[in-house]
Amino acid sequence: MSDTTDTPPKTTVSVQINGHAIEAQPGELVIEAAERAGVHIPRFCYHPRMRPVGMCRMCLVDIDAGGRGAMLQPSCMVPVSEGMVVDTESERTRKAQDGVLEFLLINHPLDCPVCDKGGECPLQDNTIAFGPGESRFVEEKRHYEKPIPISDLVFLDRERCILCDRCTRFAKEVAGDPLIHFQGRGARTEVNTFPDEPFSSYFSGNTVQICPVGALTSSSYRFKARPWDLTEVESTCTGCSVGCSVTLQSSRNRLLRSMGVDNDAVNWGWLCDRGRFGVEAVNSEARLSEPSVGGRPARWADALRKAAELIADAVRASGPIGVGVIGGARLTNESAYAWAKLAKSVIGTDNVDAQLGDGLPAQFVLGLPRATIAEACAPKGTIVLLGTDPKETLGVLFLRLRHAVVESGATLVEVGHGAGGMSKLAKHRFWSSPGGSLVDAARQALAVLPAGQPVTVVLGRSSVTEDPAVLAEAAMVFAEAGARFLPALSRGNVMGALDMGLAPGLLPGRVELEAGRSFFTSAWGSVPSGPGVDTAAMLQAAADGKLAVLVLLGANPLDDFPDRALVQRAFDRAAVIAVDTFANPSVATATVVLPAAAHGEVDGTTTNIEGRILPLHQGVTPPGTARPDWIIATELATRLGADLGFESAAQIWDEIEAVASSHAGLDRAVLDATRDGTIAAGLGGGARPAVVGMPTASPASQVPLDEASLRLVVRRKMYDGATGTANSTSLAGLPGDNDVRLHPLDFQGLSIQEGDLVTVVSDWGSISLPAFADPGVVRGTVTVLANVRGATVNHLLSSSNPVTDVRLEVSR
Amino acid sequence: MSRLTPQNEAIALEIISRYPRKKSALIPLLHLAQEQDGYVSDDAMRHLAELVEVTPAEVIGTCSFYEMFKREPVGTYLVNICTNIACQLLGAEELLHHAEHALGIKAGNTTSDGLFTIEDVECIAACTEAPCLTVNYRYFYKVDGGDFDAIVEDLRSGRQPTRKAAETGPDGHIPPHGTLALQRQHIPADRVAGNADPDSAPAPAWLEQP
Amino acid sequence: MTAPIVQLVSSRFQYPDSFTLARSEATGGYQGLRKALTMTPTAVHDEVKAATLLGRGGAGFPAGVKWGFTPPGVWPRYLVVNGDESEPGTYKDRLLMERDPHQLIEGCLIACYAAGLSQCFLYIRGEMALAQTRVAVALNDAYAAGYVGRNVLGSNFSVDIVLHWGAGAYIVGEETALIESLEGNRGMPRLKPPFFPAAIGLYGKPTIVNNVETLSNLGGIIVRGSEEYKQYGSETSPGTRMFAVSGHVRRPGVYEVQHGVTTFRELLYDDQFCGGIRDGNQLKAFIPGGGSSPWFFEEQLDLPLEARPVGGAGSMLGSGAIVVMDDTTDAVKACLRVVRFYARESCGKCTPCREGTSWLETILQRIFDGHGRPSDIDMLLDVGDNISPGPYPAASWEAEGLAAVPFPPKQTTICPLGPSAVAPVVSAIRRFRPEFEAKIRRRAIGIPVRVEESTHV
Repeated sequence: MSDTTDTPPKTTVSVQINGHAIEAQPGELVIEAAERAGVHIPRFCYHPRMRPVGMCRMCLVDIDAGGRGAMLQPSCMVPVSEGMVVDTESERTRKAQDGVLEFLLINHPLDCPVCDKGGECPLQDNTIAFGPGESRFVEEKRHYEKPIPISDLVFLDRERCILCDRCTRFAKEVAGDPLIHFQGRGARTEVNTFPDEPFSSYFSGNTVQICPVGALTSSSYRFKARPWDLTEVESTCTGCSVGCSVTLQSSRNRLLRSMGVDNDAVNWGWLCDRGRFGVEAVNSEARLSEPSVGGRPARWADALRKAAELIADAVRASGPIGVGVIGGARLTNESAYAWAKLAKSVIGTDNVDAQLGDGLPAQFVLGLPRATIAEACAPKGTIVLLGTDPKETLGVLFLRLRHAVVESGATLVEVGHGAGGMSKLAKHRFWSSPGGSLVDAARQALAVLPAGQPVTVVLGRSSVTEDPAVLAEAAMVFAEAGARFLPALSRGNVMGALDMGLAPGLLPGRVELEAGRSFFTSAWGSVPSGPGVDTAAMLQAAADGKLAVLVLLGANPLDDFPDRALVQRAFDRAAVIAVDTFANPSVATATVVLPAAAHGEVDGTTTNIEGRILPLHQGVTPPGTARPDWIIATELATRLGADLGFESAAQIWDEIEAVASSHAGLDRAVLDATRDGTIAAGLGGGARPAVVGMPTASPASQVPLDEASLRLVVRRKMYDGATGTANSTSLAGLPGDNDVRLHPLDFQGLSIQEGDLVTVVSDWGSISLPAFADPGVVRGTVTVLANVRGATVNHLLSSSNPVTDVRLEVSR
Repeated sequence: MSRLTPQNEAIALEIISRYPRKKSALIPLLHLAQEQDGYVSDDAMRHLAELVEVTPAEVIGTCSFYEMFKREPVGTYLVNICTNIACQLLGAEELLHHAEHALGIKAGNTTSDGLFTIEDVECIAACTEAPCLTVNYRYFYKVDGGDFDAIVEDLRSGRQPTRKAAETGPDGHIPPHGTLALQRQHIPADRVAGNADPDSAPAPAWLEQP
Repeated sequence: MTAPIVQLVSSRFQYPDSFTLARSEATGGYQGLRKALTMTPTAVHDEVKAATLLGRGGAGFPAGVKWGFTPPGVWPRYLVVNGDESEPGTYKDRLLMERDPHQLIEGCLIACYAAGLSQCFLYIRGEMALAQTRVAVALNDAYAAGYVGRNVLGSNFSVDIVLHWGAGAYIVGEETALIESLEGNRGMPRLKPPFFPAAIGLYGKPTIVNNVETLSNLGGIIVRGSEEYKQYGSETSPGTRMFAVSGHVRRPGVYEVQHGVTTFRELLYDDQFCGGIRDGNQLKAFIPGGGSSPWFFEEQLDLPLEARPVGGAGSMLGSGAIVVMDDTTDAVKACLRVVRFYARESCGKCTPCREGTSWLETILQRIFDGHGRPSDIDMLLDVGDNISPGPYPAASWEAEGLAAVPFPPKQTTICPLGPSAVAPVVSAIRRFRPEFEAKIRRRAIGIPVRVEESTHV
């Protein structure tokens, strides 16, 4: 098991199961104790991550707990007790199991040959193992309209449903979206939505996975394959930085399905729909499959030579600082390391930044004391959300936090810029406008935290219009009080990229440039002569003609960087080399495009918000001649006259383990030994340089509110214009349209109707959006969505200003 | 059809206030919606969802479990004929057949004038007075075919039927479908003891403390 | 000799205005409450325990003992009044609510006082519009008179009684389903264990669920004292019980009789009660405790109206509902009708009940319609066995050398509703199998079906 399991209680409970004496944990359910003892009790409604309900009656077994003697009891509801005797093979148990299956099959259609679940169906399996040879039911079965869509992603076939309450329990208990429900009564009970109100949950795909029959199917996988046609690899979802364990299932070299795997430390088997269905993008026709130079297809050799020439020319002209590398959060740890080594050692530039001006300073984030998800979710603990909305950005982290609050008595405190997906669960809410007052909010929050309880702060930057320095100062309020942190930076492997040194001033292993200078000079041969700059400064330098080549490593600054005009100016002057999987708007401006292999096409590791190293495995081959990012790095290095020194992802990992302070000791044997991933928490020492220390508080500048203006807050939604979403057939239609929201009192002042168009005007641009009143918006602020259809917010922003004030113009 | 009227919303809020948890008020509120419109409309369910702070799916989940809630309009008079065992033994099925012929509809349906709906229902707790029926939940005892015809005739003519009306009576009149009790509970503000909050209620004051 | 008639809970039924506060007060109403408030809650609880007041809802568990099952120190505790009377044949709680609501309210108050219950929810069956009206008016009057609410009669005892009503679902009469319904949910039973209401009930807090008739007895017990109360009825089942006798008797009705001393024969045949079988016909069978109970026959007539002997003889006294069938009754049809009820009322939560009860109905309908197959009879019993495994409770039947199997049955289901559908099946087939066979045989020889024939034993 994982590092999060409590030490086992000293006392165990002696139970006899089918004649064998076993020791069970106090409070353990009979069905679980039996499973550990190697006795599988059939079940439908029982799911280890949800409250047992004892409804399906499939797990009835003979239990003798003393007193009234052996009785048929649901093993999913009965905890073990000392001296209990369990018989799962008694004549009475067999008859009950046979009877329950016969009852279930009365109304279950025998359409297994055309059912997606066929071959992986618990009802099928249990019927073969425990069920009747034939049914005595000769009448007409229950009929419903064959599958009805209950959301954009999920179909429901009520004829197949055995009413186990798994999907409905998941929706209410786990996701907190009770939009599907039992309706009707008795033999006419069905699961359904309210008329015209679909099951639009971010987590709906889990219901398809846990359905024990083929009643719920996903629009994505319907009729695509049979279980026996699938090959699968265990991997990790990189749709965001939570690090959910998955198995990737493919058939004929196409990735068909991502299924959640129960990682006790991370995702408990759940996935968000963006992660689950986002894998479709891998198969997209729009994938980059051939290199190009100047917009024309090119051979790899020519494209690499051109890229090397551009870099060499830039270095010749202005030194290594003439080259900048933006991005890298899409990469595996191994590829991130290879690119860090290429940039910082071979080229010699420290102008490297995996974040796009929408995150938090790397040294700051890496220096904060880190919590695990399990620590954050500890019973009766305290969770502070600081500037983040996990429901929209880190879906499964939201599920874990929600469980901690709803089921384990954790206290949630929200400090941010208005209502988010967890506001209703928060015991205290401290909302403020951007520009400095968040620090006061943090101090107020600190004052109400329950004394003596461990505090975990989930720290993010949902709104790019808040100054990162303000968030840092607010975070230090909690850090100085002993809190631990979960950084809610959401890009897939952003934490791995920072750990590998894809940030200005950092080297692999969470080591600052100067601290690691001598160690890495001997390990690598050379390191940059001085600290580089972040994305904003790189773009500015490019726009000023001081930086000639920008390498985009899976980055799309035109859509993501919070100052579109600056990106445009930078691209107008600098040459762009794009290493990417899709031709996004930024890639379209590139001189050289190098197609990269995507998630599911590469082996390696990824790192989640906890610093947990999790495995990635290749299930399918990349399209065309696309190749892993680390190979692209080694080949570029070769053309620049250097040898990075590795020929496989495994070799790279060995080097990471050998040089990265934070990863010391995590050799491949250690990684392979755990199923749940391993936290990288090395501190350096010995020959290795020390990792970055706890940051110190420094006051951020206060930007007072201007009476005449409204301060802009940018919100993120689960579904936006991100590449993975836009290129996944299932998800592409889900992002909503943008709008502008105001506090109802501010809205009244506009004298308009809800939904009327207004123009949001800043000093740098304007966009027109429908306006709505929303009590979840802080007075004096307006909120708009980042990166969705309708209007792109980064037209309004300037990277030179920490906050953005706007005024609304009503067209009459 | 519609959300609750302001008057009914006020009643709804009073009902909700009597429970430690808002959702407990859901069944009484569904009755209130049915009393207003004669049935429970989707819009009413949405409104109730807002009032008790659950989703509409949870409201319909509860609503659809209980057979008294009609999600489509029924007749002004809902005639429930019990055919359960005690009534069956004394001719309830014959009475039901008579009713179906007399009104020209099968059980479960509504006459074309929208006046009557007949239902074949389970025990309505008047077993010693079998066969029995209710009209909008007002009892009629020991009903035969002739009695049924007379009741229907009275209702058609706008008269309150008295033949075989239960001794303790429908209090003189039969309101349209949806109205149950003719009086509501009202707790005067100065008499309210208060809800017992499941999360924080203390030990009752009148118990001796150990 | 038949025990004399005693009216403890129906004493006011003789008055046309029995439901008013004025009549109640004029005839001793709320004297039990007044007396209780002069006693300590413990003393009141002890008095109820000493009276051995057995629950009148069906299970027959002593109310005073039940109150003691709440875990110490866990607050609040609730009282939920089960007025969801819907068991086929049962008709007494509706009368008690319509005709003497103040007696019930007084009982609720005494229970809350004695057991430390902080809020009371009075759940009336949805279909009972008159009972709802009468109880609402009675509550409003009682509040105004200072009997209910803040500082009852000037004491430090404060409790609200909230009138709540259902909407048509038999299963809500089951106590955990009643609690679910009261929480605004679908009335689906919870699993016991762990959800015994006394420990984990309404809103997860200790909750006492008492039947209307049980509570209606409390005022009288406190006024008279447990010693006097125990002079009526038998030692193990003191007091009286209300029985609704319906079906083929000369004078069907609701009778209050002394508990445990009166016999079925006396109730069915004595002239002061039902006066015998109608039209001089013979008794064929009778349901002794509501539709859920296995059937009794001539042989069981001399059993006393008391839970334990009735259980030992293979059935239950249940909720005081006796349905009498004379020899003109078609056993298959009667069996089908009772089974149909449970099939229609199954909540659908657990598989054996949801699927099994409607399957039983389907098979029985097929037999009744003349499409039965010889294997159907044993299949009915086997399907029943998958709902309620093992020998099903049944009356002894000496003619065939069959011994009684005591009640209650075993079950694969969550609650007893599923097994209730097995009761008529086992009862009717065991005793009247030739009637089933005859309906099936007729099909085999091509004679038109739907004959009303009974085969006498």
